[in-house]
Amino acid sequence: MRLTECFQRWLFRVARDEQLPIVLSQRRIFIVPTPGGILFAVVLAVMLIGAINYNLSLGHALIFLLAGLGLVAMVHTFHNLYGLRLTPGRAEPTFAGDLAHFPLELENTRRQSRRALEFSFRDQPVVTVDLAAESRATVAIPWATQRRGRVDPGRVTLATRYPLGLLRAWSYPYPPFTCVVYPHPIRTPLPPPSPGAPADHHHGDSGQEDFAGLRPRQISDPTRHIAWKAVARRSDEQVLLVKQFSGGASDELWLDWSLTPVDRGEEDRLSILAGWILAADEQQARYGLRLPGQHIAPSQGNTHRASCLQALALYGESGPPGGY
Amino acid sequence: MKAGHRVGTRPPQLLLEHAAVPWLLAVALATAGPHAGHLPLWLSLLVGGALLWRAGLWLQGGQLPPRWSLALLVIGAVAGIGWQFHSLLGKDAGVAMLVVFMALKPLEMRSPRDALVIIMLGYFLLLTHYFYSQSIPTGLWLLTAMALLTATLIRLHGGAQPLAAIARYAGLLLLQALPFMLILYLLFPRVAGPLWGLPQDAYAGLSGLSNQMSPGSISNLIQSGAIAFRSQFVGELPEKSELYWRGPVFDAYDGLTWTARPRNTPLPAPVIEAIGSSHAYSSILEAHNQRWLLALDVPTRLPPDSSLAPTLEALAREPLRVRSRFSFTSTLDYRANRSETSEALQQALTLPPKLNPRTRALADEWKSRPPEKIAEAALAMFRNQQFHYTLRPPLLGPDAMDEFLFVARRGFCEHYASAFVFLMRAAGVPARVVAGYQGGEVNPVDGYLTVRQSDAHAWAEIWLAGKGWVRVDPTAAVAPSRIEQGIVAALPAGDPLPTLVRLDAQWMRELRNRWEAANNSWNQWVLGYNPQRQREVLARLGLTDPDWRSMSAWLAVLCGVLLLAVTLWTLPKRRAADPALRAWQRYCAQLGRRGVRRAEWEGPIAFAQRVADVRPELAALTHEAAECYAELRYGRGGGEQLRLLQQCVHRLPPQGR
Repeated sequence: MRLTECFQRWLFRVARDEQLPIVLSQRRIFIVPTPGGILFAVVLAVMLIGAINYNLSLGHALIFLLAGLGLVAMVHTFHNLYGLRLTPGRAEPTFAGDLAHFPLELENTRRQSRRALEFSFRDQPVVTVDLAAESRATVAIPWATQRRGRVDPGRVTLATRYPLGLLRAWSYPYPPFTCVVYPHPIRTPLPPPSPGAPADHHHGDSGQEDFAGLRPRQISDPTRHIAWKAVARRSDEQVLLVKQFSGGASDELWLDWSLTPVDRGEEDRLSILAGWILAADEQQARYGLRLPGQHIAPSQGNTHRASCLQALALYGESGPPGGY
Repeated sequence: MKAGHRVGTRPPQLLLEHAAVPWLLAVALATAGPHAGHLPLWLSLLVGGALLWRAGLWLQGGQLPPRWSLALLVIGAVAGIGWQFHSLLGKDAGVAMLVVFMALKPLEMRSPRDALVIIMLGYFLLLTHYFYSQSIPTGLWLLTAMALLTATLIRLHGGAQPLAAIARYAGLLLLQALPFMLILYLLFPRVAGPLWGLPQDAYAGLSGLSNQMSPGSISNLIQSGAIAFRSQFVGELPEKSELYWRGPVFDAYDGLTWTARPRNTPLPAPVIEAIGSSHAYSSILEAHNQRWLLALDVPTRLPPDSSLAPTLEALAREPLRVRSRFSFTSTLDYRANRSETSEALQQALTLPPKLNPRTRALADEWKSRPPEKIAEAALAMFRNQQFHYTLRPPLLGPDAMDEFLFVARRGFCEHYASAFVFLMRAAGVPARVVAGYQGGEVNPVDGYLTVRQSDAHAWAEIWLAGKGWVRVDPTAAVAPSRIEQGIVAALPAGDPLPTLVRLDAQWMRELRNRWEAANNSWNQWVLGYNPQRQREVLARLGLTDPDWRSMSAWLAVLCGVLLLAVTLWTLPKRRAADPALRAWQRYCAQLGRRGVRRAEWEGPIAFAQRVADVRPELAALTHEAAECYAELRYGRGGGEQLRLLQQCVHRLPPQGR
């Protein structure tokens, strides 16, 4: 197993492509018959035996023509990839569990179209692209994300069986793709505007007076917010309800690591924070993020949302924190 | 180059595309359809019905029938085939089965894999067409059908494209595959078939002389204009009336049918004394599934792997199942078997008892005369009494000879030959019937003598002491023109003959001759390309005594070279530079020689600006050129601007400052 892996690594030269654009040269294109191609060869062999047995001269001609066709198809399948130029683009961040799409710009400089180019990452869904003669196009290669962080989807498998489907030519371009994957958001109610925020001069008028409704209590909720009357009215239920207050648009919300349930795992707590960020963003609140070791000052808008989510995505990863 | 844009992607193909179905139906029709000619009608109807059904489902987007119903259909069709052909194995039954599968497979065609099965079945079916015909039109059909199958593969794997683009690409692929086919055809080591025993019906379609002769057997054959063989003489062609091509010899008669009597102990080899000059020639015989080689009477030198029978006909070792070429030397004047064994002579006198009393009575009258006189008397009777030569003789009863000689008096060469031999035997002269061909026609296009089935003939031989076996052709007594001019002249106008034989118009004759000459080349070079022929051709190409090793080596080398050539041919060609860019670069190069070099990053207008500062005398012209180029490149510039830009280069002042 190790040996085959070593062999593959040597044969396919699995290393990131540093030089851009990636040009598919003959060294990087491999070709083998497809199952259909093997069937084709077997059919030809059987036909040849038949033609010899019945002494069919035209049968020989037919078989030889087909064999020639197979050889020519090899050249054409190879040329369908040969000389293709690939330039990787920037992948949009996505949430863990969703599909990330890695854009790859394709440039076809030859006068014939290239058809049925199949792009995929290892064990990932395949996209098929037709590329007109002398044109550029961008293909988005899907990659199912599983966990947060800065991910490298690995090498791309670029394969084609065009024109006859008898042979499969493929190449392993390894563009320097990277994508930030946010934690999968867990939707829980937003924390109240934090009383323990430093320099929280809005405390007195932070809108906690405006009663907005009831919601199940979370551990981080201060006891003074528990709606005892409501709890008493619905004594059959085990949950405690807390009063929720809505603040004005100018209210600042601190989404604090320490407000997340301590009994959940680290990833879950990040997910809860991600859910809060989304909820706060939807409510167009001003919010800040406080993580152990870093904090992002309250603000709002898409850029702010992205930098907060990225901070969650990269939390705990080595490398410069927040350097993006 | 078009600007980058996000392309529409296709999902991976798990299901067969709806739009690919008509392609596959066309493949099924093109490969199974031509078999309708030799399939039973019910099967052709079933095939047509199944394909129409599938086409209807495609048009209406209907559901495919459930698997069990298809299974029932297949079982029914297979049972029908077994009942029709009495077997599921032979050639015809096998083809019928393939056709059924091809017709029913589209009804369960769901995935691209099913489509692949149809294509492979199509290749097989294409091959089976050559069981029935390997003519030039069939060869052309091969290319057309291959183009269709290739186009279908392209459509299946390349998604929707314009029809013309698919057709062009399929044509290109085939065109590039053709040289490989030629090399393989020439050099692939040929193996002489068959590799195993062939099914009984493998040669059912071959026609020619039969190994027995009954009334009507030759006149049936004569209605065919098909070629029996073609001969090429080394020297001069003998007279037409001397061209007796010897086939089977019949020495046993049962009152209806003439056959060759099987012998337990073979007769001794014949003794031939050649008298006249000899003629060397080679014949290309059509397959007739019999051993006789139809040499000119009588052969003195035989091709290898053949022998001369005691009854003087040349025999191949195996029945002739493929068109083959043989070389002979024959002498037309000879003495054969002057000392014949008593057993052979006894057989040549045997007659079935009791039959034909009137004929026997007539022969008894002649018995006292010497044998030559008896033969003359019989011929004189045919010549002088009212005998007619016709392809439509009346049916004869049990005493066939009596009826023919004394009542009907209408018959064909087989009637005359058998009546003559009967008379001779009854009169005590050893005699036998010889079947074969007589005459032939020279094709002026290639000089080959063409002998057709319509030249089939039967004559007699009598044995005379001191002279051996002597040919007597009683037909010549009744219709001398048959021997001198051929069958068309001898028969009355109303008799049925194939149109090809009865060609009157000169241009039609000409056309037929050209067509047959082309066919002859096709037969020799394409169809007759067997291991022996391959050795000859390779020897002529300088590859003496090739074995399979050297052939394979050459094959590999040539295929490699060819593959390289195709690779280079299809290599992405460099795009011809944009003419506007070229003109602009020329202009800038000219300016560079005059001391103003344009930087890589400099746009045309900025460059013109700089030129105006550095070399004011060139400012106006450079500005014009830059404007033209900018308009061409970034604006709506057309041919006019290009022309102006190109002129700017010439309008530059000469270099010497």
